[in-house]
Amino acid sequence: MELELERVDEIVEKNKEEAQKKSPLIPVLQEIQNTYGWLPEEAMKRAARKLGVSLAILSGVASFYNEFRLKPLGENHIVVCTGTACHVRGAPLLVAELERNLDIKVGQVTEDQKYSLETARCVGSCAVAPVILVNGEFHGNMTKKKISDLINDELQ
Amino acid sequence: MAKIASPKDLEQYQKRAKAARDKIETFITMCGGTGCQGSGCQEVINEMDNKLAEKELQESISLKVTGCQGFCEKGPLMVVRPAGNFYCNIQPDDVEEIIEKTVLKGESISRLEYQDPKTEEHILKEEDIPFYQNQERVVFKNNGFISPTKIEDYFSVDGYSGLAEALYNMSQEEIIEEVVNSGLRGRGGGGFPTGQKWKFTHQEDSNPKYVICNSDEGDPGAYMDRSILEGNPHLVLEGMMIGAYAIGASLGFIYVRAEYPLAVKHINIAIEQAREWGLLGEDILGSGFSFDVEIMEGAGAFICGEETALMASIEGKRGMPRPKPPFPANSGLWGQPTNINNVETFGNVPLIIKNGADWFNSIGTENSKGSKIFSLVGKVNNTGLIEVPMGITLREIVFDVGGGIPGGKEVKAVQSGGPSGGCIPKDLLDIPVDFDRLSEVGSIMGSGGLVVMDEDTCMVDVAKFFLDFTQDESCGECPPCRIGTRRMLEILNRITSGEGKEGDIELLERLGEDIIDTSLCGLGQTAPNPVISTIQYFKDEYEAHIYDKSCPAGVCQDLIYYNIIEEECRACDRCRRVCPVEAIEGEPGGNPYILHDDICIRCGNCIEECPFSAIEIVPGQKE
Repeated sequence: MELELERVDEIVEKNKEEAQKKSPLIPVLQEIQNTYGWLPEEAMKRAARKLGVSLAILSGVASFYNEFRLKPLGENHIVVCTGTACHVRGAPLLVAELERNLDIKVGQVTEDQKYSLETARCVGSCAVAPVILVNGEFHGNMTKKKISDLINDELQ
Repeated sequence: MAKIASPKDLEQYQKRAKAARDKIETFITMCGGTGCQGSGCQEVINEMDNKLAEKELQESISLKVTGCQGFCEKGPLMVVRPAGNFYCNIQPDDVEEIIEKTVLKGESISRLEYQDPKTEEHILKEEDIPFYQNQERVVFKNNGFISPTKIEDYFSVDGYSGLAEALYNMSQEEIIEEVVNSGLRGRGGGGFPTGQKWKFTHQEDSNPKYVICNSDEGDPGAYMDRSILEGNPHLVLEGMMIGAYAIGASLGFIYVRAEYPLAVKHINIAIEQAREWGLLGEDILGSGFSFDVEIMEGAGAFICGEETALMASIEGKRGMPRPKPPFPANSGLWGQPTNINNVETFGNVPLIIKNGADWFNSIGTENSKGSKIFSLVGKVNNTGLIEVPMGITLREIVFDVGGGIPGGKEVKAVQSGGPSGGCIPKDLLDIPVDFDRLSEVGSIMGSGGLVVMDEDTCMVDVAKFFLDFTQDESCGECPPCRIGTRRMLEILNRITSGEGKEGDIELLERLGEDIIDTSLCGLGQTAPNPVISTIQYFKDEYEAHIYDKSCPAGVCQDLIYYNIIEEECRACDRCRRVCPVEAIEGEPGGNPYILHDDICIRCGNCIEECPFSAIEIVPGQKE
């Protein structure tokens, strides 16, 4: 896939301008990820040049924070919250169910690129635990049954 | 728009906002917090908007979408004011009836009323529901009344009066003195006296100085800060402004998790509004004081809740902490004096300035003043956000506010303080909740997560859960934390998978102590707490795992097995059909089914599916 790398220049310019006193580095990475869905190496190289830092520095930051992804997601991105409240209300069983159902492990993408699976530390909706997010949308009080319905019907 | 140029101006706007509010006969407040959004409140809000427009009622009835009202479990929530009818679990189909019956005729709708799970009694008003009745809402007070995206709403509850008071009637020293006298301690976890922190930063000569609002709420199981930012962002801004004026800072940062999109949105709107109205920027309220705020979205690293790591992150670096001293008050962001407080701490500040230190002092215990917001979650009936006076007992929180444990189970422990805290056993539920007592029993106040655990929760598994978390979130800088937490996790993994051996408990204790003593920052210094406190109070569970190869709570998969109770099985075939690994054998209508333990992966499908409760979890390994 050809990437439109000109966007990277705009992103860097904009964030440099907006930042009063904070470093624009992390905001730039965040916006690149919002634009492309992940951090493609070409985009990182271009951003590093524009920012005047080495690619090593930029990659060091990108690999430190959980938010940044160095590979693309599936069409449907599923995140299981594994915070404390979700954990005691059965999140590990949900993770196992999804891994079995999708035939991938956490952090992987299905072969047809249709699904990717991740866990989150806590999405802060503890009162309706366990919670999963499908493409950013919250689903509370999850059960394994609801998960199979979701995958087999709604996301087909 | 005209900027507010003086305290007199502000008063005028407050009066106008109150008059506009009082003119509306009926207003409906709908919770729009993240919890209720997860339960589908947006559809109800849209439907309400449509219906009010259809019936041409928008003039006389106002729909207010507020921030989190706390009772997340019952969402979507609605209160029809001034009558005060409280409705929960509302669906879009209910809207027509609510308008026709309750709003227009004042009749209550029985099926939407709150029903007390203990007495089964219907309760009509919010203030009569035990969950709310037993709280003391100070910081959270206006969350259910104001729209977080309207600055006028904040004016209508005397918003920014604290700032005017501080700028015009108090010197910097007097403000700091007032905060010192109030006894306010940091709500982010450490509990350091806020006034002292301000004093240190104030005393520094070097300029510029910065204030930072720490909203990197990373503790799993806690979401107080998010709900304050979502529901009342101007309160936090006002607190930051007062703090900035007191220490002499002209720029502030709000470091907020990117995982909280609604909070980010609301605080951004609030900053824009404050700038438009002249409450941020040059010469605020005509006082000569200038201040502005920048938002920094965190990129998902638990360690960035630690103040030196947080500052490194604003500087665009990997979020690694550094040794203290020098403290941020002396050398913080970009090497300049910096004051960092948590969201809830800043939320208390305007109230202290408005109502005085003595008022604040009258709530709480000797060394822990004021109220505290907790997220009460886990195995408890009423989950949600609660604000209670310091000194309330854990038992009151779990049983009076929380309504007890679901399913008639027994409470086993309450976990406080997240990954840095400990598990408090049920024998100690009568201790008052304050900074000192919680640390005496081996836990900490932390930022306010309270996770209730019942008899089905395995304490070794809980300890492993937290260690897995801290081990993963350790930034890797200092070896005790980087390697030590990993070694502890390996031992816990061994114990929970049936490979535990004699000496493991002692080894965990020794490792834990060493990590606490030698780690660089707060993460490592507290990471062993969940393990040490569970060994202290639940040693028998560790021993059962190690010596009996059994998980008494029925959680650890390698130390339990599933069993079909012959007498209960009706050979309905449901369990066999849901088993993903064909571990169950039998003929429909024939003999009781057989479960092959060597194939079973303990996924729980069959237990969930069985209508006769014929499948049980047995602690131990099958012979």
